[in-house]
Amino acid sequence: MEQITILEGRQKQIFEKKTGVEQLDISCDTSSLSGSVSQRACVFCGSRVVLYPVADALHLVHGPIGCAAYTWDIRGAVSSGPELHRLSFSTDLQEMDVIYGGEKKLYHSLIELIEQYKPKAAFIYSTCIVGLIGDDIEAVCRKVAKETGIPVLPVHSEGFKGTKKDGYKAACHALMKLIGTGSTENISKYSINILGEFNLAGEAWIIRKYYEKMGIEVVSTLTGDGRIDAVRRAHGASLNVVQCSGSMTWLAKEMEQKYGIPYIRVSYFGIEDMSKSLYDVAKHFPERTDIMEAAKQVVSEEVKELYPSLQKFKKALTGKKAAIYVGGAFKTFSLIKALRSIGMSVVLAGSQTGNKDDYARLKEMCDEGTVIVDDSNPVELSKFILEKEADLLIGGVKERPIAFKLGIGFCDHNHERKIPLAGFVGMYNFALEVYQSVMSPVWQFAPRKGVKI
Amino acid sequence: MKHAKTATQNACKLCNPLGACLAFRGIENCVPFLHGSQGCATYIRRYLISHYKEPIDIASSNFHEETAVFGGSHNLKIGLKNVSKQYKPEVIGIATTCLSETIGDDVPMIIREYKQEFKNGSPMPIMIHASTPSYMGSHIDGFHAAVRATVKTLAEKGSREKLINIFPNMVSPADIRYLKEILEDFKIPYMLLPDYSQTMDGGPWGEYHRIPPGGTPASAIAMAGSAIASIEFGSTLEASKSAAGYLEEAFGVPRYHYALPIGIKESDKFFTLLETLTQQERPEKYNDERRRLIDAYADGHKYVFEQKVIIYGEEDLVIGMTAFLSEIGITPVLCASGGKSGLLKKSIKELIPDMEELGIKVREGVDFVDIEDEAKLLKPDFLIGNSKGYTMSRKNNIPLLRLGFPIHDRFGGQRMHHLGYRGTQELFDRIVNTVIEQRQNASSIGYTYM
Repeated sequence: MEQITILEGRQKQIFEKKTGVEQLDISCDTSSLSGSVSQRACVFCGSRVVLYPVADALHLVHGPIGCAAYTWDIRGAVSSGPELHRLSFSTDLQEMDVIYGGEKKLYHSLIELIEQYKPKAAFIYSTCIVGLIGDDIEAVCRKVAKETGIPVLPVHSEGFKGTKKDGYKAACHALMKLIGTGSTENISKYSINILGEFNLAGEAWIIRKYYEKMGIEVVSTLTGDGRIDAVRRAHGASLNVVQCSGSMTWLAKEMEQKYGIPYIRVSYFGIEDMSKSLYDVAKHFPERTDIMEAAKQVVSEEVKELYPSLQKFKKALTGKKAAIYVGGAFKTFSLIKALRSIGMSVVLAGSQTGNKDDYARLKEMCDEGTVIVDDSNPVELSKFILEKEADLLIGGVKERPIAFKLGIGFCDHNHERKIPLAGFVGMYNFALEVYQSVMSPVWQFAPRKGVKI
Repeated sequence: MKHAKTATQNACKLCNPLGACLAFRGIENCVPFLHGSQGCATYIRRYLISHYKEPIDIASSNFHEETAVFGGSHNLKIGLKNVSKQYKPEVIGIATTCLSETIGDDVPMIIREYKQEFKNGSPMPIMIHASTPSYMGSHIDGFHAAVRATVKTLAEKGSREKLINIFPNMVSPADIRYLKEILEDFKIPYMLLPDYSQTMDGGPWGEYHRIPPGGTPASAIAMAGSAIASIEFGSTLEASKSAAGYLEEAFGVPRYHYALPIGIKESDKFFTLLETLTQQERPEKYNDERRRLIDAYADGHKYVFEQKVIIYGEEDLVIGMTAFLSEIGITPVLCASGGKSGLLKKSIKELIPDMEELGIKVREGVDFVDIEDEAKLLKPDFLIGNSKGYTMSRKNNIPLLRLGFPIHDRFGGQRMHHLGYRGTQELFDRIVNTVIEQRQNASSIGYTYM
């Protein structure tokens, strides 16, 4: 087989864990190398994923049609009420707009859409060329807000102005403008906001229920099943619980500074991390021992039911090897633990947007010989999947065909999933999905097993 | 209530570069390269993967702020170098985006400079440049721009060969395989572009392929200038924007320009043309296909006659489908497209002169909210088009028959036939079954024979 080599500009973003060998820190937090076919998206994408689940807001993409078309109803972020987020709105800029400016078109679009759909607020996403043609989005938004009486918030998400992380920040910036504008009356002292949980396949509802069983009030979920009024009163909570730390830590820090709300980082994937995320919230309210008791009760009930049902999967999957390539590094930590709990080891772990601390922790957690990558690409992923003989790849839509072409199982752990993978029930779903993909008899025909095709 | 409408809502089109990337995937050993932000390449990959279920690597020059200010030359060159190194392509298909077009990057000049700077390195890939600003036209324009640019870059003058060029438009991998089979059966050498029948619908890999096997070889495209004819499908595709138009203008290769061959009449035109060009009769198996199709029309005619449908999608697909539907007695009460060539109505009228009397309405440049508003008034029996009509279909409880691109919510869109007798047969069967299923479900009796 042909040897696949790594591009020179990428070598510092990859290493293999070897004990006793002095290893340099991984290089990360850089923009993608031109021509390397990164799996990352852009600033706009970052903003769009964070704000997308706010279901009673108008999301207007200011730019040519592509950006809105490719993000139309793209995610499994579900709503218990309004579903305005599932529609796609674009100013659909044309050549003349690029020459003469798109402000008028933006203004009319906003006035008409707000009249038609009566949203609680509007988010206006700037795309690449808006940054170039110099439209004064802020001024248009101010004008429309004044005329319509709803918050109209510009999101500075020009695709080229940074990486996806900058898009997260732009989205958080827009949310910060809303937070603090609602009433905090009647909010319990024992209350939290859930940050970075997007209610994919109803995951936020699962998590919320656990906390409510503990006697904790959930003031706002940012942004899963999100509502503008709930966002506005988020500053009334006593604690911010941040999952998907990549997207929302900035917001948590801002809220800490401005409103004195402390935050903790959690993950809802896998038994271990899911349980910890309940205990950690309980620990925050030490005066209420009943909350900790309730947390223990929730965990014990759930685990009692879950644990036996996992054994079938564990028996089948023990000794199988997994490769993980997801958006944020924090998820990788949980996935490694979750996979170990069903007998699997991890031979490749990577993310699009991890930082130095994340990779240091990853190195600590991983087994000897595990390859760790930042901002990888299809060629590299394939190389390591083959070299390390992985049986499973965990990733998103863009990674899926790599797995299937190479004849291994795949688990979609991205925004498009339709089955909840968070919470205790999510761990069951995860194990089931992994089992059903890895153990499928179809792989007997895969050429990597030496079958002639 | 009718609302004023400036914004596009639930677009019935995609952007220019997407079409270019797909077309470039139909060239052998070619990597599509988008000159713009990283997101464009990633979004388009994701969108194409959800339909074709194949890996599709699209490189990006990954603009950042300085690039936008100082121009994309530096990034493009680094990108080309990295792609050359990592993929070892024979061809790189470079398409621009709204960003690089707006800052005014002179891509042909950057390519010339690149070739000069790296001329002593490893073998230089052929570089094709298509201008595809997202603020003009839609994905279909990018598709044709890339095909034309490819021919323009590669085709050479030569003595007339017994060779036919065929430019099938944005059709499915299954359609491309069928066209190839037809041409092979006619035993005439051909150059079909773009041929993504294998790259976008191929087998499993025993080892990693940087670029999937398949596609039209550059050496074959080079011969296009010496063909005896070019066949080009797509009523709204003007010669000035098309590959066959270029070949006619530059090398005097006659251009035979037809609607997409869907339905018996349009398929007949295609087969008759092949018979004329090759001076031989069509192989009997196609007469068999045609006879079976006519027989099926007879068997199914009662189910479909005077059914009302709305058909939407790329203009040329809509035109081809309209021709077919009208010959089986189905009325497309609305032919709609997000495209805006200005030729949609004229082209339909050419094929169906009495379209007004039949109640066929045509609208171009519309989105799904416009189509939905029309649907409420026109009350069609079902909708025909890509997956993106599902939202409207579900909301208004009108069945949707899926075809074209993208098929994101059903399996096997890449293996769906649309063209020729075989494609028409498949479509006819599916249409009849849509009607039958609807009637069966609506019946309180639960008939087991329909």
